[in-house]
Amino acid sequence: MKITGAQAVMRSLEQEGVEVMFGIPGGAILPLYDPILDSPIRHILCRHEQGAAHAADGYAQATGQVGVCVATSGPGATNLVTGLANAYMDSIPMVAITGQVPTHAVGGDAFQECDATGITMPITKHNFLIMDAQEIPRTINEAFHIAKTGRPGPVLVDIPKDVLQAEMVWWYPEEPELPGYHPVTRGNQKQIREAARLLLAAKQPILYVGGGVIRAGASDELRRLVELTGAPVVTTLMARGAIPDDHPLALGMPGMHGNYTAVTSMQKADLLVALGARFDDRVTGKLAAFAPGARIVHADIDPAEIGKNRTVDVPIVGDAKSVIHDLCEAVEEAIAERGPPDYGTWIKTLDEWRARYPLRYTQEADGPLKPEYVIERIAQLTGGEAVYVAGVGQHQMWASQHIKFQHPNSWVNSGGLGTMGYAVPAAMGAKVGRPDQAVWCIDGDGCFQMTCQELATMTTETIPVKIAIINNASLGMVRQWQELFYDSRFSAVEFGFDCPDYVKLAEAYGCVGLRCDSAEEVDATIEKAMEINDRTVVIDFRVDPAEKCYPMVPAGASNDDIILGPEYEAAHADVLHDTPEAIV
Amino acid sequence: MAQHTLSVLVENKPGVLARISGMFARRGFNIHSLAVGPTEYDEISRMTIVVNVETKPLEQVVKQLNKLINVIKIVELEKEASVARELLLVKVKADAATRAQIIEIADIFRSKIVDVSPNAITIEATGSPDKLRALTDLLHQHGVKEMVRTGRVALARGDRAITERPLRLADRTAG
Repeated sequence: MKITGAQAVMRSLEQEGVEVMFGIPGGAILPLYDPILDSPIRHILCRHEQGAAHAADGYAQATGQVGVCVATSGPGATNLVTGLANAYMDSIPMVAITGQVPTHAVGGDAFQECDATGITMPITKHNFLIMDAQEIPRTINEAFHIAKTGRPGPVLVDIPKDVLQAEMVWWYPEEPELPGYHPVTRGNQKQIREAARLLLAAKQPILYVGGGVIRAGASDELRRLVELTGAPVVTTLMARGAIPDDHPLALGMPGMHGNYTAVTSMQKADLLVALGARFDDRVTGKLAAFAPGARIVHADIDPAEIGKNRTVDVPIVGDAKSVIHDLCEAVEEAIAERGPPDYGTWIKTLDEWRARYPLRYTQEADGPLKPEYVIERIAQLTGGEAVYVAGVGQHQMWASQHIKFQHPNSWVNSGGLGTMGYAVPAAMGAKVGRPDQAVWCIDGDGCFQMTCQELATMTTETIPVKIAIINNASLGMVRQWQELFYDSRFSAVEFGFDCPDYVKLAEAYGCVGLRCDSAEEVDATIEKAMEINDRTVVIDFRVDPAEKCYPMVPAGASNDDIILGPEYEAAHADVLHDTPEAIV
Repeated sequence: MAQHTLSVLVENKPGVLARISGMFARRGFNIHSLAVGPTEYDEISRMTIVVNVETKPLEQVVKQLNKLINVIKIVELEKEASVARELLLVKVKADAATRAQIIEIADIFRSKIVDVSPNAITIEATGSPDKLRALTDLLHQHGVKEMVRTGRVALARGDRAITERPLRLADRTAG
């Protein structure tokens, strides 16, 4: 039976199990929007293609499924670029479908033409330009296969208008034909046994867990490994929730704004077991001074990450779920032979640090509202039982620090690219994927203004999300850097509290707008928001613009030079000069 | 910096060259030369890429190349265990007084005269990069008007072929 290319696209998406797609129509993609009417796939009409891309990303992060977004040629495709780059940096499985000018016009600077595959080549895992309608099923099958297997990532499929309109004979491939694509999923067993041996021989090990563990759905395996060995765990920004934060061996987030214990535990470790993590500069600080005494086991699905930044003693290429499972087996065997490891002294030291150097801030009863307090109250009143979404900046770091995560896939944020404006559309995508779960979007006022047009999508599509704007009337993280590193010469960072009026803006979009500027109203405001479940709630939390995010390792500095902040001024010298020698 | 010759089998599809050159450019890897052409299989092209990198970054080059979906197989050709050739066309100033001398140089290098005009001679030479360098050094004394060189192409010595294994079982299936 003959169908159109556009119908073949929809059928192919159905074959791949797609339930929802986020997009905006336009000239070149128009043929696809007709069969959408007849398809069981839900299409969510966004207000900006960047919103569609981040929504697909948030959907993918919250569900583990492939997120799908659609845009037209030219500006539609270029508007997806930030979203694709974001998904590429965070290894998010996504498929983007773009319309293209008709094949005869390609290359001729036609109206709304841009070289979508050329532009997105460096920010996608792979991309395709389909020149023959008969190739649509194979290409879409391959796109999904590439997006979700190996190291996940975004794949763009560009389809000229006449290819969408052409007739084709329907077929669907049984499996993709990709002679150059064979991701290794099972780790080398010899290396895994060596990793187990090092782990049992170590005195001060740290499991350095990254986003790969979330992507692989390896939380259960990780927990088993932690409990078998008793080794403490740090979870990077992309791995928050990989193990519950109330687990006694969970140390929280390391890195530039990580807590003292997580950061310093890596510096003092004699063994780092990196699982789906990539030794990113925001984690290592000055690379040459990072974890100087540690041997390195590095397990990653992407061989190119192994040895890229840090020389590795035991490399393991494989999927985190499979590798951690096998590592558990190897550890069990080794324990049966030699008995369990004893990290007692190490754990005792870590516990002392945790007691001495917790995250600190002071909320005075009648003082300005502190952002940490707002986020901590949201965390406590929701009890870790929500999907938390953040943008990029101070609020993101505070959220990652103060929320006690209970589950994987409950933390959605932009890590690698650091995309301001990510949160609102990503929260929308997360809610679409997890309709029964409360979704709390913790955003900055700067971030919120970049993509808040998607409030309209939330209202018209009934996607009720809670949005807490941590409104410090400025680009807070930039302000912090200017204060600390540019001698308080504040340049282009102030927004003011009153423009826009976030309550009125929320109402204009059909959402509920709330405002809170004192500590005593915080709980009541959050509770009120929690009671409203039929529409999106936007809360304007007006917080202290002068509050800075600590701890902090200045960019390019060693993690040993962690700054604990004013709350610790007296204790600071003590930290730097006391602890290192005491441990190593 | 050390020079390494990579023989890369890629799917014969549009845009593959752009993917490879783009990856090299954005990751700051230096391509010395790149030659691409068909192989004995229609669906496969073969690239010979000469890169200037130390051993550790070379590992990163190979891994990043391997991540490209259209790249099927990568083999590094060691200098001692392979045959490498480049083609050179060079137009040298030559008049009645110097022509014989230039032809003599061309003969010594077993190269061919492919065009002669009253004031110039064009020579075609193939050989290893060292040989071509020696030839051009001599010709420069007479005045080189213009020259063009292909990128290096190379094959491993011996009876094995890197295209031998079936495509579906390309290099990366081995863990």
